[in-house]
Amino acid sequence: MKGRQRFSAARWWAVVLKEFTQLKRDRLTFAMIVGIPIMQMALFGFAINTVPRHLDTGIVSADESNVTRSFIEAMQNSSYFKIVKRLPNEQAGREALARGQLMFVVNIPAGFTRQLLRREHPSILIEADATDPTTTGSALAAVNGIAQSVVQRELTGPLAGLQAGAPNDRSSSLGWEAGPAPFSVSVHQLYNPDEITQYNVVPGLMGMILTLTMVMMTGLAITRERERGTMENLLAMPATPLEVMTGKLVPYVGIGLIQASIILLAARYVFFVPFFGNIGAVYLAALLFIAANLTVGITFSSLARNQLQAVQLAIFYFLPNIVLSGFMFPFKGMPGWAQVIGNVLPLTYFNRLIRGILLKGNGWADSWPSVWPLMLFTVVLMGVAVITYRRTLD
Amino acid sequence: MTPAAQSGFAIDVQGLNKRFDGKHVVKDVSLRVRRGEIFGFLGPNGSGKTTTIRMMCGLLKPDSGTGTCLGYDILRDSAEIKRSVGYMTQSFSFWNDLTIAENLDFVARMYQIPGRRQAVERSLATLGMTSRARQLAGELSGGWKQRMALAACMLHSPQLLLLDEPTAGVDPRARRDFWDELQTLAAGGISVLVSTHYMDEAVRCHKLAYISAGTLLAQGTAEEIIEGQHLSTWAIRGDRLAELQEELRKKAAVAQTVTFGEVLHVSGTNAELLEREIEQTVVSSGRRAEKIDTDLEDVFIYLMGHAESNAGGNA
Repeated sequence: MKGRQRFSAARWWAVVLKEFTQLKRDRLTFAMIVGIPIMQMALFGFAINTVPRHLDTGIVSADESNVTRSFIEAMQNSSYFKIVKRLPNEQAGREALARGQLMFVVNIPAGFTRQLLRREHPSILIEADATDPTTTGSALAAVNGIAQSVVQRELTGPLAGLQAGAPNDRSSSLGWEAGPAPFSVSVHQLYNPDEITQYNVVPGLMGMILTLTMVMMTGLAITRERERGTMENLLAMPATPLEVMTGKLVPYVGIGLIQASIILLAARYVFFVPFFGNIGAVYLAALLFIAANLTVGITFSSLARNQLQAVQLAIFYFLPNIVLSGFMFPFKGMPGWAQVIGNVLPLTYFNRLIRGILLKGNGWADSWPSVWPLMLFTVVLMGVAVITYRRTLD
Repeated sequence: MTPAAQSGFAIDVQGLNKRFDGKHVVKDVSLRVRRGEIFGFLGPNGSGKTTTIRMMCGLLKPDSGTGTCLGYDILRDSAEIKRSVGYMTQSFSFWNDLTIAENLDFVARMYQIPGRRQAVERSLATLGMTSRARQLAGELSGGWKQRMALAACMLHSPQLLLLDEPTAGVDPRARRDFWDELQTLAAGGISVLVSTHYMDEAVRCHKLAYISAGTLLAQGTAEEIIEGQHLSTWAIRGDRLAELQEELRKKAAVAQTVTFGEVLHVSGTNAELLEREIEQTVVSSGRRAEKIDTDLEDVFIYLMGHAESNAGGNA
């Protein structure tokens, strides 16, 4: 009877040891363990930069003064903008934008300084090449800050009274109503309200990398035994499916934690992502997420006939995870049907969980709504995996 | 008392059937293997040998049929059967990226062998592989791989060995050594069921079974199988045997002609008619013909051809 055989820690340990030894021999796998996170970090962290800097900018200035010069200089110093051209008029600016020569054109109207001094709240217009809003979004988000820094730097001494709208000054502006800023910058683009995109992306990468490597590697681990014929040997030995499966999985938990550590180190020391939350909670979340992915991988390996199919399944699984989990696009901005699919994917919950912990310092109560779906997912898929794992060869 | 002790048979299965995707791979196979017996399982590729062996060791569930393996029910007690049977798969199925010692150690752990380290050491020593212990299994030659596989199968001291074409792709000397070892094991009371394509190996078996296209065609000792087919055989020597072979094949009493190097074996079931026909065609041409004992190979080739023509007739 199948039920007669109990789980044996000794046999289980044998599987664990065997798996570690084999991993040690497999150079390509080792290269993958380190290579995939580094490659992905390079691609998504550097190459696919959602906060691009040094974007070509042209200036149409009909008013030269300390304030306008200071504003242009501050733009340059912000590193978002790179002033490459001075243009004679708005018309020339439009043309440069249309031709793709410039990303931004800054229009300073005639009489800007005079209007500023008369408290007429003049406005600087920035026109942006909106073809790719993610490219320009962050630079535009910085503009208001630049304007404010100019106000604080230039409107001093006798001109300090003009600082009315500056938030820093509100408490000390005796009897003054907090009015509008001395001057405003209007832009022709909607920008992402989330101003810390970069911080969002890097923790989000952890979930992506773990999804890819965990699902693929466990998928391969079991189909490899089948492809090489060693599965028949394993099955002919007195090992239960649970022993073989969990035994084979343990090394990959370790690998997942190594990857998580690499990403966290890079996030902290390469991308300077601020860590507000508890690092132990981060690892617990990672562990839970790794478990969820391993059950996906093992289910795939039961479905796949060979290693190639296992890889294909992993990629197939990976794609909706990138797009629908809120990693690339804001989850709330997706259409309803996409949110439904996204709500089934463990990466969706892990992204919320890890960003919540790292960036907002979320605690247990804030995390729970993302934790229980991950747990449920893992338990259900483990059940599916045990059922689909073929005890016998037919 | 274990159930195994109650029965004189290591394997006793009746009416095993197995279909894969509607294809009838094993048809009503019944086998009996006595304790301490080397039982040879013969048949062409794809005849159902591997499937039958897998059903007997609990890897596959038969669609119908009953039986015991070491006294354990093959349908219900697959866990016990796995623990007490040593199964060597057709292709080398140990881990190429583990060393010999690591492979053996893994197997020893799986079977929870007491005194594991010593058991592995002993196994390595017996096989003369102590110096190769740290070599990767994937780097071994065919003969060494097969020795290692046998050592691994024997680690848990099984009472029954199921060996699926263990000597395929192994050189003759290693094959001979391997069979010497099997005979030592059998003498020690271990039952062996071994599938093979080699006649010299078949001859060394105590009992034989011949399976073709899923059907068991003959079972018994070599003598019983030979006698059962009622073949008489002539050995013919001389020139241009190929031409003669063509000519003989047209004769009514000639069931088959097989060339063994310089000698042509001609067999048929009608001994008198065969003798007359041989005299007509062979002696008149100046070649020498001599009546010999039908050997196993003649019989197996006959059985194989017979099964094929039957299958062709049914189709």
